[in-house]
Amino acid sequence: MSGNERSSGVSLKITGGQLLDGHGVETSNIALLIRGGRIAATGEAARHAEADQTFNADGCFITPGFVDLYCNLREPGNGQKGNIASETRAAAKGGFTTVCASPETSPVNDSRAVTHLIRDAAVTDSPIRVLPVGALTRGLEGEMLSDMAGLTAAGCIAVGNGSRGVRNARILRRCMAYAQTFGLTIMFRPENQSLAADGYAHDGLVTSRLGLLGIPEVAETASVMEMLLLAEETGVRLHLSQLSCGRSVEMIADARRRGIAVTADVAMHQLVFTEDALAGFDSRFHLRPPLRSEADRKALVAGVREGVIDAIVSQHLPHDSAAKQAPLPATEPGLSSIESVLSLGLSLVKRGELALSDLVRGLTSGPASVIGRVASIGHDDIADLCVFDPKAHWTPDDQSLISAGRHAPVIGQALAGVVRLTLVEGQEAWVSA
Amino acid sequence: MIANAASPNHLQLTRDGQLRHFLTLDGLGRDLLTDILDTADSFIEVGERRIKKVPLLRGRTVVNLFFESSTRTRSTFELAAKRLSADVLNLDINTSATSKGESLSDTLLNLEAMASDMFVVRHAQSGAPHFIAESVTPGVAIINAGDGRHAHPTQAMLDMLTIRQHKGAFEGLKVAIVGDVLHSRVARSQIRALNELGAEQIRIIAPGTLLPRDVESLGCTVEYDMARGMKDLDVVIMLRLQKERMEGALLPSEREFYRLYGLSQDKLALAHPECIVMHPGPINRGVEIESSVADGPQSVILNQVTNGIAIRMAVMSMAMGGQVAERQQKLTELTERGQA
Repeated sequence: MSGNERSSGVSLKITGGQLLDGHGVETSNIALLIRGGRIAATGEAARHAEADQTFNADGCFITPGFVDLYCNLREPGNGQKGNIASETRAAAKGGFTTVCASPETSPVNDSRAVTHLIRDAAVTDSPIRVLPVGALTRGLEGEMLSDMAGLTAAGCIAVGNGSRGVRNARILRRCMAYAQTFGLTIMFRPENQSLAADGYAHDGLVTSRLGLLGIPEVAETASVMEMLLLAEETGVRLHLSQLSCGRSVEMIADARRRGIAVTADVAMHQLVFTEDALAGFDSRFHLRPPLRSEADRKALVAGVREGVIDAIVSQHLPHDSAAKQAPLPATEPGLSSIESVLSLGLSLVKRGELALSDLVRGLTSGPASVIGRVASIGHDDIADLCVFDPKAHWTPDDQSLISAGRHAPVIGQALAGVVRLTLVEGQEAWVSA
Repeated sequence: MIANAASPNHLQLTRDGQLRHFLTLDGLGRDLLTDILDTADSFIEVGERRIKKVPLLRGRTVVNLFFESSTRTRSTFELAAKRLSADVLNLDINTSATSKGESLSDTLLNLEAMASDMFVVRHAQSGAPHFIAESVTPGVAIINAGDGRHAHPTQAMLDMLTIRQHKGAFEGLKVAIVGDVLHSRVARSQIRALNELGAEQIRIIAPGTLLPRDVESLGCTVEYDMARGMKDLDVVIMLRLQKERMEGALLPSEREFYRLYGLSQDKLALAHPECIVMHPGPINRGVEIESSVADGPQSVILNQVTNGIAIRMAVMSMAMGGQVAERQQKLTELTERGQA
């Protein structure tokens, strides 16, 4: 994806629809003119402009392209669970224009060579922007520092632990002090490994009834507290990722009031589903962190609404079908979720739990600001856009899903919310009639 | 609106509410549970005949699929199937295919090729029988013979049969389950059955480390002090304590556990004089129960074993009946559609 290639090419005029910027301000779209990868004109000026192509967005919302702070593209890897080509196309279909690629690949992204490999593959295979996240520790093993400065120079936008914990608090403290040296953001999924132990489901009503091994809430909250205290001491910019507990939201709000530089995200499915999703041993909902109680779900939604949680992520983790075809405890955790994020979000809007503006902020300007980018629709802004029809329906199934992972959160049931057009620097990354 | 996945009962019941698999007691109503107990009662008489066979499963093949070893449960299932005149194949899989890396799905595909009619499944992972029931060819019945910590529904039903034989009815009964409820599939199924059948009180007696989170939500009360918990009891069910519980820091020592939660003559004396003593076995004498109590007049532990055969005959014949009825219904519907 070279900048020159994008900026050359044809001009496009989008007419009709409603504009929703990252802050949720809604205006009728008279016209948007896109030329040279940027928004060349808006409003009346755009209406009268000549363009090579036009796109009619009647009945649609036009928002900045979605930004995903946590997803797995599975490359490098053995290919069975997906690759950059398949997963970025799925992301484009989901309205995403920028995705942060988790370092948990095979091999782990802990060296310049792997970072270059990801970026090179993205240039040839990805219709959207791929921003690699480097490993916080070498091999994500939680023992030695990774070459953080080198990773950053190679193009990593942050360092993180993927889904693996760091057992030793002394090493964590040193990771933070070192990352802080270069002003890096640490993206960390909080989990105390000794408390999580062999668990694979929320330690609560459903695990008690079904006899599943629980992961208690304190496995997350103890780690959140530890991370907040260490971040306060070291001054590192901390981003807590993939939260599952209501208590975590409270602790983050407190820390912010004390002036700690902390941001946070939550996976969309954590806002929609609860522990009850496992009632029929449905292995798709074997997730890490697990889906928790209804009270936790509500607190997480409130966290997004109130802005304590900055971003909503896909936590996309595609698998081959064999990884999910086994008794629940023997399956691998994760959902193939990136194509369903918008539809799940719109279901929350429909239920009245989230305003459309909160949803759009959580998918655009919220995550963009965490990684120092902007997501807005104004004159001369980069033309990263998503045009979606909130009333049109699609049904996730083997035919419609693009990701290599077919274990979507909803299968065989019609969902509202279809992305009509995804533009990255003015270029079509996804278009559907 | 997007809803969470439904309860698993569409899986084990036919449209008319008959059993087609027997996976869990969750969602099974009092009528169906009573039906199972009544059917089992009628099979007890078969066990007392000189020729102990009825032809209900003649020509059917039952495969005992034991992914976790068990002598007693497997042999009672085997006897039950043979008394129903089925052909029985016993497979101890923990020693064969899976240890060679074959997945459960692949093992099943191979077994289905043998044209079996019923799988009796024991597995170390909670939910394995559900998974198998979802993936087998229609027409094959799955009977859960114990999965992980989840459920052991035939054990719970044979316990209910034993209680009914001794106490007549469930209304007004005070029942305690003592010991390692956290790891016990038996206790989960018993609590469910006792609630559905109308027991008055279900007390769990155990230290905090051996209780599941929010255990009261299952429909029981918790008592840490065994002396208080034994008061006025009609039925006391002891659970087996696995020795490895000491290693995970769940308990300090066997000795302390026995002193606090072992069923001794002294503690039994605190219950109702006609309180019966039950244990799903195999028992650890001197760990959770005193020998003289296990062998004493109030113990019904051996009745439980006898009843196990009758309950398994009942459940196997009912599930096979449900499968056959469902197949016939589908055939009728197809024929009618053809004629129309």
